[in-house]
Amino acid sequence: MKKDKIKKVLILGSGALKIGEAGEFDYSGSQAIKAFKELGIKVVLINPNIATIQTSDYLANRVYFLPVSPDFVCSVIKKEKPDAILLGFGGQTALNCGVALAESGVLKKYKVKVLGTSIKTIKATEDRAEFAKIIKKIGLKCPNSQAVYSVTTAQKAAKKIGFPIIIRSAYSLGGKGSGVVRNDLQLKELAKKSLAFSKQILVEEYLDQWKEIEYEVMRDQFDNCITVCNMENFDPMGIHTGESIVVAPSQTLDNYQYHLLRQVAIKIIRYLGIVGECNIQFALDPKSNEYRIIEVNARLSRSSALASKVTGYPIAFIAAKLAAGCNLSKLNNSITKSTTACFEPALDYVAVKIPRWDLKKFKQVSPLIGSEMKSVGEVMAIGRKFEEALQKAIRMLNIGADGLESSLSQTDKISNPTPQRIFSIAQALFLGKKIDQIHKLSGVDLWFLEKILNIVKIEKKLKTKKINADLLLTAKKFGFSDKQIAKFSGQSEEKIRSLRIRNKITPFVKKIDTLAAEYPAQTNYLYLTYNAGFDDLNFKTKNQVMVLGSGPYCIGSSVEFDWCAVNAAKTLRQLAYKSVMINCNPETVSTDYDECDKLYFEELTLERVLDIYDKENPKGIIISMGGQIPNNLALDLEKNKVKIMGTKAQSIDRAENRHYFSKLIDELKIDQPAWQECLSLAQATNFAKTVGYPVLIRPSYVLSGAAMSIAFNGDELKAYLLKATQVNKKHPVVVTKFITKANEIEFDGVAQNGRLLNWAISEHIENAGIHSGDATIVLPVQNLSFKEEKRITEASAKICQKLKITGPFNIQFLVKDKEIKVIECNLRASRTLPFISKIAKINFVNLATKAILGRKILAVKKPLAIDYIGVKAPQFSFSRLDGADPVTGVEMASTGEVGCLGDTFLEAFLKSILAVGFSLPQKNILISLGGEKNKSDFLESAVILKNLGFNLYTTSETNKYFTSHGLATKKLAKENDSKLPKIKDYFEKRKIELMINVTDEEFVNKIKGDYEIRRKAIDYNIGLITNIELAKTFIQAIAKLKINDLKIKAWDEYI
Amino acid sequence: MTTASLELINGSKYKGISFGFDKNVFGELVFNTGMVGYPEALTDPSYAGQILILTYPLIGNYGVPPKIKEAGLNKYFESEKIQVSGLIVSEYSFYYSHWQAKQSLSQWLKAEKIPALFDIDTRQLTKELRSFGTMSGQIIFGNKKSKFLVRPKPENLVKKVSIQKPIIYQAGKKKIMLLDCGVKNSIIRNLLARNLTVIRVPWDYDFLNTKYQFDGLVLSNGPGDPNDCDLLIGRLKQFLKLKKPILGICLGNQILALAAGGSTYKLKYGHRCQNQPCLNLLNQRCYITSQNHGYAIKSGSLSKPWLTWLINANDKTIEGIKHKDNPFLGVQFHPEANPGPTDTNFIFDDFLNLLK
Ligand SMILES: Nc1ncnc2c1ncn2[C@@H]1O[C@H](COP(=O)(O)OP(=O)(O)O)[C@@H](O)[C@H]1O
Ligand SMILES: Nc1ncnc2c1ncn2[C@@H]1O[C@H](COP(=O)(O)OP(=O)(O)O)[C@@H](O)[C@H]1O
Ligand SMILES: [Mg+2]
Ligand SMILES: [Mg+2]
Repeated sequence: MKKDKIKKVLILGSGALKIGEAGEFDYSGSQAIKAFKELGIKVVLINPNIATIQTSDYLANRVYFLPVSPDFVCSVIKKEKPDAILLGFGGQTALNCGVALAESGVLKKYKVKVLGTSIKTIKATEDRAEFAKIIKKIGLKCPNSQAVYSVTTAQKAAKKIGFPIIIRSAYSLGGKGSGVVRNDLQLKELAKKSLAFSKQILVEEYLDQWKEIEYEVMRDQFDNCITVCNMENFDPMGIHTGESIVVAPSQTLDNYQYHLLRQVAIKIIRYLGIVGECNIQFALDPKSNEYRIIEVNARLSRSSALASKVTGYPIAFIAAKLAAGCNLSKLNNSITKSTTACFEPALDYVAVKIPRWDLKKFKQVSPLIGSEMKSVGEVMAIGRKFEEALQKAIRMLNIGADGLESSLSQTDKISNPTPQRIFSIAQALFLGKKIDQIHKLSGVDLWFLEKILNIVKIEKKLKTKKINADLLLTAKKFGFSDKQIAKFSGQSEEKIRSLRIRNKITPFVKKIDTLAAEYPAQTNYLYLTYNAGFDDLNFKTKNQVMVLGSGPYCIGSSVEFDWCAVNAAKTLRQLAYKSVMINCNPETVSTDYDECDKLYFEELTLERVLDIYDKENPKGIIISMGGQIPNNLALDLEKNKVKIMGTKAQSIDRAENRHYFSKLIDELKIDQPAWQECLSLAQATNFAKTVGYPVLIRPSYVLSGAAMSIAFNGDELKAYLLKATQVNKKHPVVVTKFITKANEIEFDGVAQNGRLLNWAISEHIENAGIHSGDATIVLPVQNLSFKEEKRITEASAKICQKLKITGPFNIQFLVKDKEIKVIECNLRASRTLPFISKIAKINFVNLATKAILGRKILAVKKPLAIDYIGVKAPQFSFSRLDGADPVTGVEMASTGEVGCLGDTFLEAFLKSILAVGFSLPQKNILISLGGEKNKSDFLESAVILKNLGFNLYTTSETNKYFTSHGLATKKLAKENDSKLPKIKDYFEKRKIELMINVTDEEFVNKIKGDYEIRRKAIDYNIGLITNIELAKTFIQAIAKLKINDLKIKAWDEYI
Repeated sequence: MTTASLELINGSKYKGISFGFDKNVFGELVFNTGMVGYPEALTDPSYAGQILILTYPLIGNYGVPPKIKEAGLNKYFESEKIQVSGLIVSEYSFYYSHWQAKQSLSQWLKAEKIPALFDIDTRQLTKELRSFGTMSGQIIFGNKKSKFLVRPKPENLVKKVSIQKPIIYQAGKKKIMLLDCGVKNSIIRNLLARNLTVIRVPWDYDFLNTKYQFDGLVLSNGPGDPNDCDLLIGRLKQFLKLKKPILGICLGNQILALAAGGSTYKLKYGHRCQNQPCLNLLNQRCYITSQNHGYAIKSGSLSKPWLTWLINANDKTIEGIKHKDNPFLGVQFHPEANPGPTDTNFIFDDFLNLLK
């Protein structure tokens, strides 16, 4: 293949962020685009994930915000006629889509060449049976297993292999459909579920307590082959690599084991003929040198993104070049700029990754972790001691832990791990358990346990001994934070900090340079450590501005804030400032060292931000781009005399504090739902009685509705109040009248010194009560009168002025009966900012950054006028969360989002719904509606469906109601004991394609059997809609539009 | 815990904590950036006379394997004892965990009377060596204002690490004469694994007049300046005329070059790592290699029938030479690995193929 032949390449993205497929593919796709553009190749990108950096206007030559599914991709191929396609940079979504396109002959028909690893190789790695065959053929070992395609053969295979067994499915990631089973019954249940998502499953011997080791391998078409990095899982086999604490490089492998596995990895990769990058997983016996090959992922992955950040080796960028036909030894190491990319990074530090879970956001979800991924994000910490890196990583998680503390564990059993396991281990050690005992229970290597014991010992010392300089230095070297030390020694954080500084105990800045200082680095990829005596920098750079990134992705904070941070840094460069980024999330683009002038891969804690601020002495710091974590630092930073650029900390506090804010809105004579700050239950009950239930309980300073709940009666009020006060004790709880049947509006704007510069108003399709992060949002607004819009703008301008906003902000309104009411205001970039920026084609972050830096900007006086429509839809990951009730409410539950464009609202809507994984039902729909109101509301839509020729199934009450209104439907039973045909059977036999199950929030947990059928729908991969407005809109859309009506138009074609 | 300092002749001083044998030593300071393989590195005779700095900060994690003999060789080590004069690391892991480990690194160092320090900013130290070049230094115990130790008399390091009398390792019919300039066990193991009988002889052995029959000559790795081996170089010049197969490894490669009329020079800070990319100029393939050397062949110093076979893809120094017509091979890196990647193990096969 000659690279000069390729003129245009099509890159497939991974779509919305979901569990198992998250921000890492924005990073890899963005790097691929840069690589191809550098080679003079035109890039067309398909990715509906509108909040990503890869879909920015300055990267790909053309962007399609369309579903990454064979139909749509085929249409784009027809239109764009690319010479080549890249499948390895968009996760499993892109890979599977590519395989489907190859199998259906589309790629051949349109002469599209697959770049990098061939389809044949991809199939050999994804088909678990095929893979096992190959491994055996080349004389290597994988676990004893059998591939099966039905439940009964699975049972037979299990009998032969012997329990415990692990089930693993083909063509999937994140361990989807996998799990350990210890008897036939468990096997049968799991096999059924797994086969609903994958036609092939592997029944395999369970390698209990073996070590899990990964290697990242690169290969070019000339057969040059390297391993960029290896990684050791703290948690042994059985816990998915994405759910494990991971350490790089490996710590407990000796030279023989390290290089044995490396050699095997290279042998396999050469045999398979991978071109580009891949990840290989091994199991290693802790008691011998026996190993087994677990799998090869012939694409960029979460692990490769991690390895890239661990080492500073731009894996995705180089992989794209290799896919384009480049020779690895001819490419440069982009850190040293003088050495080759054909080498293996030598680290002089240790990196620790910890997954970020958010299981508390889900009702009824199983708290256990295992071979299926449940985490929604991750952090990575770098240190020169394992203990230091581990404690940093724990703080980075932003889960309220100031380090590894023995008192933070709750209910975890060490042998049945939950996200709390690391804390439980610390607790057990604190209470005197021996590392050997914990090793037996967990399989975690003794070396790691001993390190945790080191931390615990220092915790004990801090709790009992007087703090002197020596102890303080030791604690810092082992990664303790000032706050942690303060807590243990009963002092204040400020006091520890000043004691520390007085004794000159401060951290040092070190560079990540890929070669352990053998060659000088030309970039500034940095971390801080106490295990050093010198800085790598001299801190003479002038004109610097610091930007705080988003921290780990979690529910409510994800790639949108990375987009904001990256764009802020970009704007700083444009304005001739030097940008200094702080972030700790390895899945982001903001942690690519070429996105800013200095990158600190560091904690976003007060202590660390001050450490860096003190060293770098920048002009100021921007905290409004990274979401809630930086925003929450505002007051403390100000107290420490840090120059916050943009809106003042006082104003941020006035907006974040529900109590202050509500008062301010009253002062401005803007309407808002009735509210009261409550310090006691009695007060809350009285208030609720006066305004009438339902009421909303909201703690301050939280994002994505954590611990926010609707109470429909006194008992619920009592229960929720308790929960809210546990979340944040520092700030009071506000109780608000919950407004039903209201329209919800987002106002996103940018202001300077209180003057509104520009704005965009978007509207929720669902009524208020669905968290704005879970709502389907449309821009421009569809149901707002000119007058309402004007009043919203005026109210916003007033708030803007009052709070003297400089920078981005977002205000949410409710509109009901022509009245507008403010519900909240965030003086920072919002989740919707990338969406509206891209739809309106106005970069609001660029504008906001300019405003923050005091550039003169003319204000826009008119509302947005575009004659196309953008719709943003949420992506849920319920199928990955065993047991979670797939309903939406005031607490956010979605893990990602897409944004699609259309000439009409319904077109954009339908595209976005398809982009989050819905498929259009062909025949059979099940309808189950709770309450009279929903039934009557939906009747018309049901009739439409009937007229469209669908077979409608209903549950008993819905059936009764429809029948009495002249609509005949077939009755199915929720219960297992009924004589009627059962829903469960219909699901299992895939006789239902879509279920519409709507219950009002008030009753959602109370209707018998509803949860079970919702959950079953998810487990059997059946489409599910639980919101009435959404269901009605969906039906309108399918009544009006056929798949061919959805136009294949690129972003730039909407003008 | 005892503290001690590491003093460099340029005046820099680093304080550390002892985890080895408490004794003062003087030596040349060198750094290695490999992330695994301290038992192998410490016993590599090429480090004789040197204080080794490991840039990877966590050392000692998997302890030290047992001393088991296999085919007359220490199975898990590269020679009979620790060869470095001293060891400097950032963090020493007091606790170790590995199924094979028999003792801790600290115990081993103490038993072999080798001083070692931790809690030193090894990255800073490395940067210093990188910019000043390799220099000498000393590990000094006690708080007295120290003078520099008397530099040990310049000695022939190769002589120190070589054997006294020939040793024969029986295998197949074909025989190799191995000139031990400080050979790593893995080189012998690799030859034995190819069914070659190895006649291991001292570095100054007169292989031109020997009772042993042999089919090929291997020049081993070893410490110091290749020019110190003039006796060997002189003999090799004669031997080249016989056109018998020769493989030179590391120091052996430099000796081969010198015998062929080339010259060598001292690198600023050498190559000691497991990640050096070497480009085969004959087929454009790039290999990741394990290295440990302070000297290199001067480029352009070898004339015509000799070819530059491999070069370092980073600094373009010569990594391998070959003769156009005769069966002579030399590589600057360590095809026997241990520690390090095994990619270039095929060099031994190439050599085997020359032994027709
Ligand atoms: N034979 C096995 N025994 C024990 N655990 C296993 C076995 N095979 C896989 N696992 C565990 O299951 C996880 C997921 O399996 P994997 O094949 O990597 O799935 P995915 O392709 O989704 O990443 C692994 O990370 C590992 O922890
Ligand atoms: N008074 C109210 N009446 C009805 N719905 C409300 C009210 N207040 C909030 N909500 C709903 O709750 C969701 C979350 O509330 P919000 O204050 O935006 O929380 P967060 O700070 O987590 O974004 C909103 O998007 C809206 O749908
Ligand atoms: Mg996989
Ligand atoms: Mg995997």
